[in-house]
Amino acid sequence: MNERFAASARLLPDYLSQHVLLSAAALVLGFLVSVPLVVAASHNARVRWPVLGFASVVQTVPSLALLALFYPLLLALSSASKHVFGHGFSALGFLPSLLALTLYSMLPILRNGVTGLTTLDPAVIEAARGVGMTNRQRLLRIELPLAAPVLMAGVRTAAVWVIGGATLSTPVGQTSLGNYIFSGLQVEDWVSVLFGCIAAVALALVADQLLGLIEVGVARRRPVKIWFGVGLLVAGVAAAGAASLASGSRSSYVIGAKNFAEQYILAAVMTDRIKKEGYSSTARVDLGSVIAFRALASNGIDAYVDYSGTVWSTVMNRHDSLPRLQMLDEMRVQLRRDHGVLLLGALGFENAYALAMRRDRAEALGIRTIADLAQHSPDLRIGGDFEFFARPEWRALRDRYGLRFRQQRQFQPTFLYRAATSDEVDVISAASSDGRIKAYDLVVLEDPQQVIPPYDAIVLVSPARAGDPVLRRALEPLVSAIPIDLMREANYMVDRDTNRTQPGKAAQWLESAIHLN
Amino acid sequence: MISFQHVSKSFDGGRDFAVRDVTFSVAPKAFVVLVGDSGSGKTTLLKMINRLIEPDQGAVSVAGEPVQSVAAFSLRRRIGYVFQGIGLFPHMSVAENIGITPLLLGWPKPEIAARAAELIDLVELPRSYLTRMPSELSGGQQQRVGVARALAARPSIMLMDEPFGALDPVTRDTLGSEYRRLHESMELTTVMVTHDVMEAVILGDRIIVVRQGEIVADGEPNELLVEHPDAGVRALMDMPRRQAERVRILMQERTQRE
Ligand SMILES: Nc1ncnc2c1ncn2[C@@H]1O[C@H](COP(=O)(O)OP(=O)(O)O)[C@@H](O)[C@H]1O
Ligand SMILES: [Mg+2]
Repeated sequence: MNERFAASARLLPDYLSQHVLLSAAALVLGFLVSVPLVVAASHNARVRWPVLGFASVVQTVPSLALLALFYPLLLALSSASKHVFGHGFSALGFLPSLLALTLYSMLPILRNGVTGLTTLDPAVIEAARGVGMTNRQRLLRIELPLAAPVLMAGVRTAAVWVIGGATLSTPVGQTSLGNYIFSGLQVEDWVSVLFGCIAAVALALVADQLLGLIEVGVARRRPVKIWFGVGLLVAGVAAAGAASLASGSRSSYVIGAKNFAEQYILAAVMTDRIKKEGYSSTARVDLGSVIAFRALASNGIDAYVDYSGTVWSTVMNRHDSLPRLQMLDEMRVQLRRDHGVLLLGALGFENAYALAMRRDRAEALGIRTIADLAQHSPDLRIGGDFEFFARPEWRALRDRYGLRFRQQRQFQPTFLYRAATSDEVDVISAASSDGRIKAYDLVVLEDPQQVIPPYDAIVLVSPARAGDPVLRRALEPLVSAIPIDLMREANYMVDRDTNRTQPGKAAQWLESAIHLN
Repeated sequence: MISFQHVSKSFDGGRDFAVRDVTFSVAPKAFVVLVGDSGSGKTTLLKMINRLIEPDQGAVSVAGEPVQSVAAFSLRRRIGYVFQGIGLFPHMSVAENIGITPLLLGWPKPEIAARAAELIDLVELPRSYLTRMPSELSGGQQQRVGVARALAARPSIMLMDEPFGALDPVTRDTLGSEYRRLHESMELTTVMVTHDVMEAVILGDRIIVVRQGEIVADGEPNELLVEHPDAGVRALMDMPRRQAERVRILMQERTQRE
């Protein structure tokens, strides 16, 4: 418990500073975009309803979806800019998060601003005209100051929303307090989840209080309060900027990871290897499955581990099946040619999609292979992770073996294994390198028709780093060095129910087990 | 000083006229009072003088120049404007409220401050009130500030739209007669709107009676108080006479008893 807490606390400067910078940037941008819209909308009813309507619609889009939508949009923009200006930009991380959160921050500012400006005392407005103010003078001297308290209340609401929403920027590759929550959820480290929640809530409360101070200062015309609040906010953001600069300059190699234990462990092994070469390195974890490859191809990350079957189908769009080595060879050539990405080599184990059942249940029903399973499937229930049922592998299995289950349910990976042992479902999609297969006494069903393609763990290197000697020296020793049983054991150290280990610790164990320490 | 030539204004594209074909002029230093029922078009007439409302037809001119010949905001800075809503700026101190038009005109700061102090004396409020916020003043005090604000940039014309209508009768009477003295001493041209005929009779040199956007009577108070051919005007002007008559009888009865 204490050790976990300390591990979380060590990450705080990085996560918190990124979170603060992102939220502050989104809020400032949202404010700057909203205020002119507020002015236009309050003076013209024809502008008002489209503006407020648009903001309301944006608000109803789930924030995670909004973040996710900006990614392909920026990707398209980036490749267009590459076409036109010769260089693109990273469609991952900060930019999509910033844009989505900016949009998200706008509704409360717009709504409050328009309310503030349209409900001013008409006598005061007439007086402003009567004493000889121009429209601009009336806006700046009378209307905006009088509407400012209501506007500020909107900014406060926006700040709380943005700080909460920023936790969701983790899956698009932006470090934030959400890293605690997403990683913690994956490996069931509730200390980490709680730490992230409390940190985000505390940050929101502090920002809310400071903005509240400014709001009161504006309403009661107490410049001292306003400047005190502004000063503290600016100081906080500046501190975050300094912290982030400090950590940013330290890190010269960025290793990506998707959102499960094996990926965290392998990323930790890789960053550790680079550090041993004398270079700084950080991991960017919890990347979405497809996002990870795009990030690599656009040099947003320098290297990560993917799986041959995944790349084969989702990146290369191939749905045929080839023998292992032939598939790797073809992949190496094609990734280099089409994306500039270097396939450094396979680590030596597979993490394939498989179907697994409780041993006693399988034996009772006499099921050893997926073909056996097909005969019983109308009476059985299957559980999969969020991705599984949308994947071509599942469709291929289903169609080739004629699988038809009584019920089909989706689970968070952590809960999936438990669902199998607690009899909530009979069959689950499992990863062949998962330590819990052995620990929970599950059996992996054979695939006699070899429908599922090979899923070798492979190290991919970004185009910019393809010839980088440091990265090669650090990562080449990992090629063909990690057997499946060691990987399973390391995974289980992180995934097991009790006495869990941090991914970093499991990585150290793995390194020494393969004699790289 | 102010003249209207065949001025009309409609707010609904010509079906109803708030002001219909009105022609009149106001001499320098005159104190003209517009009276009439609510909705008769008094405010509309007044606001066409400083272009808070633009006429549909006809011409309005101030000091011999058509009002359209200068930008509306610069016209308004030369004309004092006081209205029933008072409309003090709630986020500005009394001094800032009074000094707003001089500020817009670019007067130097010390001059604005001196002017504010001068005006607060003129409207008979203590100087300590200069630093107060409008919400810390009573209704009568607020309207004194309203008058001071209108006078700040030394306009020669004052437009007043039911300026004392929301005040209690005693305050209304005091402020009315005090303003009348300012009108004299500062040699102002004043156009005041009221629906209180008594106030009109007491304050005005000239009364214009408006009905449904048209002028139905125009003359000195004592002219209008005697028989007028228009029955409506007669009824209107009867009121102050009857009230004065009743007061006179009451006073008489009292002296007889003593
Ligand atoms: N801004 C406006 N829009 C539409 N109608 C108006 C407007 N201002 C005044 N009116 C109409 O014009 C007529 C005259 O109004 P007004 O000049 O305010 O009358 P008064 O001041 O004598 O009470 C009324 O019928 C009123 O409803
Ligand atoms: Mg009126």
